[in-house]
Amino acid sequence: MKPLLETRGVTKRFGAVVAAEKVNVQVREGEVVGIIGANGAGKTTFVNIITGYVKPTSGRVLFDGQDITGLPPRKVIRKGICRSFQIPQLFPDLTVEENLLVACTLLNRPFGKLLRPFHDGKFIERVEEALEKFHIKDYRHEPAGTLPQGVKKLLDIAMAMMGKTRLILLDEPTSGVAIDEKFPLMDTIVRSVGRNGTTTIFIEHDMEVVEHYAERVIAFYDGKVIADGETSRVLRNEDVVSFITGSIPTARREPADADS
Amino acid sequence: MRRKDRTYPILVGLFLLFSGAVFFTPRWFSFLLTVAVARSLVVLGVVLLMRAGLVSFGQGFFYCIGGYVAGFSSNAFGVTDAGAVVILAALGAVVAGAIVGLLLCNYRDIFFAMLTLALSMILYSVIVKNPALGGSDGFNVPPPTILGISPEAVDPRVSLPLFTFAVAFLLYALAHRYFLSGFGYAGLALRMNEIRLEYLSLSARALVFLKYILAGVLASVGGALIAYISGHVDPELAYWTTSGEFVFIALLGGTGHVLAPLAGGVVFEVIRSYAFDLAPSLWQMVLGVILLLMIIFMPEGLWSLTERFLERKRDEAAP
Ligand SMILES: Nc1ncnc2c1ncn2[C@@H]1O[C@H](COP(=O)(O)OP(=O)(O)O)[C@@H](O)[C@H]1O
Ligand SMILES: [Mg+2]
Repeated sequence: MKPLLETRGVTKRFGAVVAAEKVNVQVREGEVVGIIGANGAGKTTFVNIITGYVKPTSGRVLFDGQDITGLPPRKVIRKGICRSFQIPQLFPDLTVEENLLVACTLLNRPFGKLLRPFHDGKFIERVEEALEKFHIKDYRHEPAGTLPQGVKKLLDIAMAMMGKTRLILLDEPTSGVAIDEKFPLMDTIVRSVGRNGTTTIFIEHDMEVVEHYAERVIAFYDGKVIADGETSRVLRNEDVVSFITGSIPTARREPADADS
Repeated sequence: MRRKDRTYPILVGLFLLFSGAVFFTPRWFSFLLTVAVARSLVVLGVVLLMRAGLVSFGQGFFYCIGGYVAGFSSNAFGVTDAGAVVILAALGAVVAGAIVGLLLCNYRDIFFAMLTLALSMILYSVIVKNPALGGSDGFNVPPPTILGISPEAVDPRVSLPLFTFAVAFLLYALAHRYFLSGFGYAGLALRMNEIRLEYLSLSARALVFLKYILAGVLASVGGALIAYISGHVDPELAYWTTSGEFVFIALLGGTGHVLAPLAGGVVFEVIRSYAFDLAPSLWQMVLGVILLLMIIFMPEGLWSLTERFLERKRDEAAP
């Protein structure tokens, strides 16, 4: 079967730093993939390249068989790829509701039709659904800048998903969230993302979360993919244990390793 | 909850009130009001940009273009109808804005502000150095016909204010509609987070380009009206202190609503005429002190007073 997303020999250099080196990855429609790797391994860069925020030095990115290398984010997004951010990217002075409404309006209305009134019944309904689905209804009238970290993360993801979503890339959805809130948060995300078979790639440092939610894991080290495959196999991989996780998953470990 | 929007009826009410003032208040006052309203259109453009996080210190560029379009239309091309000239001024701003906008849309913050300033200074010197454009003295602009009505038939001191108010309040209504549209909110989004905006499939550059042109159109129309109201144009229209004044009025009024620049504009003209009469030499100081006090005590501008008032009313109404 043709992969939904494919990167071919993607390389990115920032001066002397090689943030991605000949990255070849294929993701099939409907897969839930976890990405692991220490800080600075190139995980965010991988997402930035796919969504066009960063242009690769060389290599190609294909989505649904189409070459999307070098397209700017606004064009990539139109194809049904969306992403969340490690640091939530919100409109801090707008309320939760308004943030979602801006996202919904801009993602679903062509530029030429933006002159229409912003408060559009059809979109308000969809915002209502999102508030419900992501359990952020209680915060609807609060300015996004003042929200607790976990709610910011949820809003960030909810905004990304207001348009057409065939593939979602989540950059550390549980970072900065209290340990006992990580699983409920991921449950909410997976339930609202996964229901319609959306292909999901999420970056995660907590191996318990990875084990629980990913069908497959891609491990990055120093810009290179050092392991790629079924979750339990990758987590037992010798290189992965020695370079990234530090232990075999069956052993109890401190969740949330040093990441900020 | 969103408050019920009464802006359109308020605009109609103000239009009638201001028009009435032409007949029932002393000439000097209706003149002051007309000047304030025409100039507040320029400020409306500044506010439109400010809401998107952009500060233009060079709206004099478009203000001057509008003024000279009016001047040259009647003096060189025989186009003497104010209605036609307002449209020409708007078109002139679209053309000029589209050309320089291609450069400006790549810049933000202080760079954007300084580039707008630079453009206005270039225009200023081109006019000053060019006798064919009237040089530093400028030239007079005869009273126009207004939608076919000649200045002999109706006193321009009556027809011109009425025309100014009609044009201005129409543009205010359109601007309000714009603020409530997808573009209006996209502007707020642009100010707060450009990365997210791009990830919502909108081009920040296209948005800046568009908003710069719209602000230019408002400034240019304001300039054309002022040319008729004062009967004169000179390069001072493009001078940086003129542009600075528009930013001043924008800060005075606030950016929360379309009516804020109007309130700012009227208050500014009133302060100016009184301060000028009472203490001509202290005029700049009065302005400076007011700006200082505004920034310290009312950073959201005069408009925030109405917000506070409405909030208090709502609190009182609450059970
Ligand atoms: N815009 C950039 N400019 C320069 N260096 C960058 C940039 N983005 C990332 N890097 C570098 O690339 C490497 C990978 O970064 P990143 O993809 O953010 O890692 P991760 O998300 O895995 O923590 C790091 O060494 C980082 O410093
Ligand atoms: Mg990262």
